[in-house]
Amino acid sequence: MTNLDVPYLVLAGGLFAVGAFGLLYRRNPLVMLMCVELMLNAVNLTFVTFGRMMNDLNGQVIVFFVLVVAAAEVVVGLAIIVAVIRRRPGASADDLKVLRG
Amino acid sequence: MGGDPLFSNGVDLAVVLIVIVKVVVTFVFLLIATMLMVWFERKLIGDMQNRIGPNRAGPWGIMQTLADGIKLFFKEHFMPERAHSAVFVLAPFLSFVPAFLLFAIVPVTGNFADGGNGTVEIFGYTTYVQLADPPIGILFALAMSSVAVYGVMLAGWSSGSKYPLLGSVRASAQMCSYEAAMGLAVVGVVLVTGTLETTQMVLVQAGPGPFGWVPNWGIILTAVIPFVIFVIAGTAELNRPPFDLVEAEQELVGGFNTEYSSIRFALFFLAEFMNTITMSAIFVTLFLGGPAGPAPIGPAWVWGLVWFFLKLFVFLFMFVWFRATLPRFRYDQLMHLGWRVLIPLALGWLLLLATGHIASDQGWPLGIAIPIALVVMAAASGLIRVASRRALEARLAELEPGGVVL
Amino acid sequence: MSVQLVVFFICALIALFGAGGVVWSRSPVHSALSLVATLFAIAVLFLNQNAQFLAAVQVIVYTGAIVILILFVIMLLGVDKLENLADEPLGIGFRVAGGVVAVALLAVLLAVFFFGGRTIVTGKPAQATFGGTSTYQPISQQAVSNPQAGVIDTADVPNINLLGKQIFTQYILAFEVTAALLTIAVVGAVVMAHRSKQVQPIPDEPESLDSGADLAAIDAAGEEVREA
Repeated sequence: MTNLDVPYLVLAGGLFAVGAFGLLYRRNPLVMLMCVELMLNAVNLTFVTFGRMMNDLNGQVIVFFVLVVAAAEVVVGLAIIVAVIRRRPGASADDLKVLRG
Repeated sequence: MGGDPLFSNGVDLAVVLIVIVKVVVTFVFLLIATMLMVWFERKLIGDMQNRIGPNRAGPWGIMQTLADGIKLFFKEHFMPERAHSAVFVLAPFLSFVPAFLLFAIVPVTGNFADGGNGTVEIFGYTTYVQLADPPIGILFALAMSSVAVYGVMLAGWSSGSKYPLLGSVRASAQMCSYEAAMGLAVVGVVLVTGTLETTQMVLVQAGPGPFGWVPNWGIILTAVIPFVIFVIAGTAELNRPPFDLVEAEQELVGGFNTEYSSIRFALFFLAEFMNTITMSAIFVTLFLGGPAGPAPIGPAWVWGLVWFFLKLFVFLFMFVWFRATLPRFRYDQLMHLGWRVLIPLALGWLLLLATGHIASDQGWPLGIAIPIALVVMAAASGLIRVASRRALEARLAELEPGGVVL
Repeated sequence: MSVQLVVFFICALIALFGAGGVVWSRSPVHSALSLVATLFAIAVLFLNQNAQFLAAVQVIVYTGAIVILILFVIMLLGVDKLENLADEPLGIGFRVAGGVVAVALLAVLLAVFFFGGRTIVTGKPAQATFGGTSTYQPISQQAVSNPQAGVIDTADVPNINLLGKQIFTQYILAFEVTAALLTIAVVGAVVMAHRSKQVQPIPDEPESLDSGADLAAIDAAGEEVREA
């Protein structure tokens, strides 16, 4: 059985890079949120892989908490996006500067 | 504890063949069961409404579903001009496939009587009579119900017109709301049986019960309320009456499947009935002991099959009965029931069960612990009621006179 | 050629294509569906590494709730139109810079993983594992010599039991704080979505159709047509 540790890490790194590129490239706030989720998932995969490599359960525990916090973050992020888009239909990420205070 | 004993000696060709046979049998069984379920519903509703129901196609009209399927197959199928074609084609399958997959974790029969370990022997290999026994058993069922929401939601959006979109948004909001109540009821069962695997759950429920003759079923162990919550939430999750507001013909022109015709509509239709059967199977596994039951004479697995189908039949009858007798819920009543009644009740009951278990573990007298817990629950629910009434009054007070609450 | 290798390659392909779909799709709904594909692939990769509970929770929470929320917002707010590059404050240079940054990031990560290889994990595993290992075991040994130390799954105790025990004993504070965080997030979202001042007043009288002026105008128009 070939050792799959490095391929997993490479995959996670690739997903993270794609997510980062999407975050910088796209202007639609919802797609940017999805790219953030992509990066979070890449990090989750890295944690689980390291947990397996080190035979340590803490990797999975951290992922559990990351999942929960990501859910909370999406809730708040969507509420902000909805609040902005309602008042300014057709808003893009640059219009979120109304939050500057 | 552990997985299916089929895999305990490594995987060779015979094991793979057995798994493939299981898959094919499950597939065929579900398709035939769905066909019969549609016929059964129409016949039974006809009976309850004092009419005969379908009786032309085949003996007692059994072939009616097949005839309807053939008719739907030959109907013209078109795609509206503003539909998003890729998603439009994908949506029925997203509704259909989770219904199949849900059945994978249901133990249909096995050697559960008299302290057996739930296996059967096929060609010298012992195996569980279920397609898969993952250690996360019942979470897989919750996951598949979550995926089923996509079929409904994407169907409405991809039709490209207003009414299906509204219908699908409502339907998916309904399904998501009741998933929370379902999950909490399942947690109650997991607490009392101590495992997530469905076979282990059935094994626990096959054991000796409280007074010796009372079966050790989940419904008794969790004191009935999680069962009621799970049945109600499951019915809402399936979009079955009385929660079928979003797909009733009188509402929203047919809801999310307005623009679907012929094969794709047939897929939605079949998916709904298949989901009914698999959800009833989950009810039976979680709360009614699955295939567990006495096996007086003959091989135990035959009796397991008999008990499983009898219990399944009870729930199928119940679903048809609901359809025939109950009026439909209005959407806000539905949301109120899901969020404001079922979720707090499920949460409170879960805490009560946990209190009971900790008390019996620590040796505290149950007669004192449980009433204290009940008093605390009552106080908490009173607080919640007061708070929500205050919030409603504050909200009404800030309206201008003559305004309408949006 | 083991099952895990095959599963890894298939899921890796799906995940990468899904990620590409998220970034390159024109419609946000297609992005969301590609994200679902990626999340599913990652859930299967979790399964492949014996993190069964996490795989189930990933499907239930991420694909079954988070992406559905995002899809709700997309569908209800109609954020469907394509982005106009001309609206960019910095023009196309912004996007090129983004691409360069992403490629650099990827290069750094790949360099770390390839050249660091299996020795990038340093230090001792945390003491918070069951039994606790006092000596660090290098990755290349892949040894499971101490069966109870930080073990992810054994035949006797399923993964979820170990995980539950860890979360509710060692990490109970984090658990409670996360629960409070969720509650705060929900309250915040409700407050932000609250529309208290925008209440529509009921109009005094509905505008009726039998105002005399309209009918007279219609009659006059009809007479003109008849005469013409």
